[in-house]
Amino acid sequence: MASLAWRNLFHDKVRFAVTLTGVVFAIVLIVVQLGLFIGFTTTTSNVIDHSNADLWVVSKGVQYFDAGVPVSERKLYQVMSTPGIIKAEKYIVRFSRWKRPDGAEENVIVIGFNPDTSMGGPWNLTVGHVKDLKAADTVFIDEFYREKLGVTHLGQVVEINGYRARIVGYTRGIRSFTTSPFIFTSFKNALNYGRLINEDQTIYIMAKAAAGADLAKLKRQLSARVTNVDIFTTAEFSRSTQFYWMLTTGAGIAVLIAALMGLIVGVVVVAQTIYATTMDHLREFGTLKAMGAPNGYIYRVIIKQAIMSAIIGYAVGMAISAVVIRISQKGGAAIRMPWPMAVAMFGLTLAMCIGASIVSIKKVTTIDPAMVFKG
Amino acid sequence: MTTAIAVKDVTKTYASGAAAVQALAGVTMAVSHGEVALLMGPSGSGKTTLLSIMGCILRPTSGFVQVCGRDVSGLSEAKLPAVRLQHIGFIFQGFNLFPTLTAGENVELSLDLKGVRAGLAKSRSRELLDAVGLTKKYDSFPADLSGGEKQRVAIARALAGDPQVILADEPTAALDSHSGRTVMEILRTLARQRDRAVVLVTHDNRLLEFADRIIRIEDGKIMPSPIPYEATISGADAPDYSSINPTPHG
Repeated sequence: MASLAWRNLFHDKVRFAVTLTGVVFAIVLIVVQLGLFIGFTTTTSNVIDHSNADLWVVSKGVQYFDAGVPVSERKLYQVMSTPGIIKAEKYIVRFSRWKRPDGAEENVIVIGFNPDTSMGGPWNLTVGHVKDLKAADTVFIDEFYREKLGVTHLGQVVEINGYRARIVGYTRGIRSFTTSPFIFTSFKNALNYGRLINEDQTIYIMAKAAAGADLAKLKRQLSARVTNVDIFTTAEFSRSTQFYWMLTTGAGIAVLIAALMGLIVGVVVVAQTIYATTMDHLREFGTLKAMGAPNGYIYRVIIKQAIMSAIIGYAVGMAISAVVIRISQKGGAAIRMPWPMAVAMFGLTLAMCIGASIVSIKKVTTIDPAMVFKG
Repeated sequence: MTTAIAVKDVTKTYASGAAAVQALAGVTMAVSHGEVALLMGPSGSGKTTLLSIMGCILRPTSGFVQVCGRDVSGLSEAKLPAVRLQHIGFIFQGFNLFPTLTAGENVELSLDLKGVRAGLAKSRSRELLDAVGLTKKYDSFPADLSGGEKQRVAIARALAGDPQVILADEPTAALDSHSGRTVMEILRTLARQRDRAVVLVTHDNRLLEFADRIIRIEDGKIMPSPIPYEATISGADAPDYSSINPTPHG
């Protein structure tokens, strides 16, 4: 015999479609909202996270990536001479002005790095090679910003801060949290493109520690040796940047609130849907009780229904979410669904469905079995 | 004949205070194995309340209930489902079949509750549907059955657990006269051939011919009936209330 739970769920296709729609809607809503939050959060720090550096030396008081303040190049040598540091590089991150071919200007963030080491350089290259940036006046942009920046072809020449720049490569999926695209170039070029910085200055110093080095100890050593700077590990600088954008700016708070609202609405929709599904069969549960079914038997039927709804709803919901995420990647929204989130969503879906069914179980427990005699 | 089910001095009061309604006022009766008893009376007389108490679905305000020789008055709520499952089969006016299960599966469900393994439950279910003349309806859903067929499935389901007592609430009310007779014949045969006690609540005078005894109830009290209780249950066959533990309960 097919289980009662299975039949209750699938016998009436329309009712099942309504239940499934509720669960799927909730899953897609939660995934999209949380995915947007994760997407925006990781976007704020993605250059840091892909830098391949272990430590960041920043001017005193700098809290986030986009707001670096120039420090003297001399500090680079102090960092390089610290035991345990095997490599250190200057790194520029500066807002600048990009002139489109039609004369319009766009704000951009110029990132200058050493193309020989690639530390802090671009990733996900679709056209070109990092070494191409060793040539004078060369830059990489992300494909996503081509239209915004008025770039029609490889080799196109544009102006950044009044200096000539030639497009020699594209990346894919490197977006900034602000509306200003990242422009990757060599440190030397960036001195021209990035305004208000002298040749003997840098914005950041990135350092690579020896394999197995104790980063906390290295931080202390650098703090003692290099004055008037803050030292972050890459993870710390990433978190600090994420914290700044997501929790101290209106845009970040809006995304955070939207994610929380998505979660709450999703939970409520699932709870209501599963509750209604159980209530639809209340009379049958009353009959079961009258026939002598112990409460445990009825609980199992209800929880099985909830688990089956959760599994099917999750599968369909995640498939739809994947499509939404794929579409979003071509648009302006950065929705991310890392695999731990996908796993967590399965747990959340099960918890929501079972939780809602437990609420309805309380109602079933209080059924008067004498209801079966009422017509 | 031995007593299958008995109640003694049973009262039932709904609500409390000024709103209190006394549905049963000291009812004492018993039904024996092999007997078909009709419980008749006007609407609101307490028939269904009495049936619910006999079926261990409702607890009396006071009095004692004995099912198959066991006093169940003092049992906790948690233990009553087991009594229903082991000893009592229900037939409802509205059939109460599970609309998402086939006729066969409705019967199997009753066996599943008793822990009968699937294969055995299936064959037993087929036998029972065969017994009520519905062999070919095994895979039909309730929505595709006539009222009479639904009630016969309900009877097969009630019999699946092999209960000693069958309690039926207006089992023919939703049926045409032919289907009603068929159902009653099945129930009478069950009582006769398998020695089961059958108690039916009904308003339908056409069922009188199938009854061994008619119990009339009005205003929550048993009234003198054409076939007196004492005449059918007497001497050694009379219900033995002495075994009921007279522990007060709510």
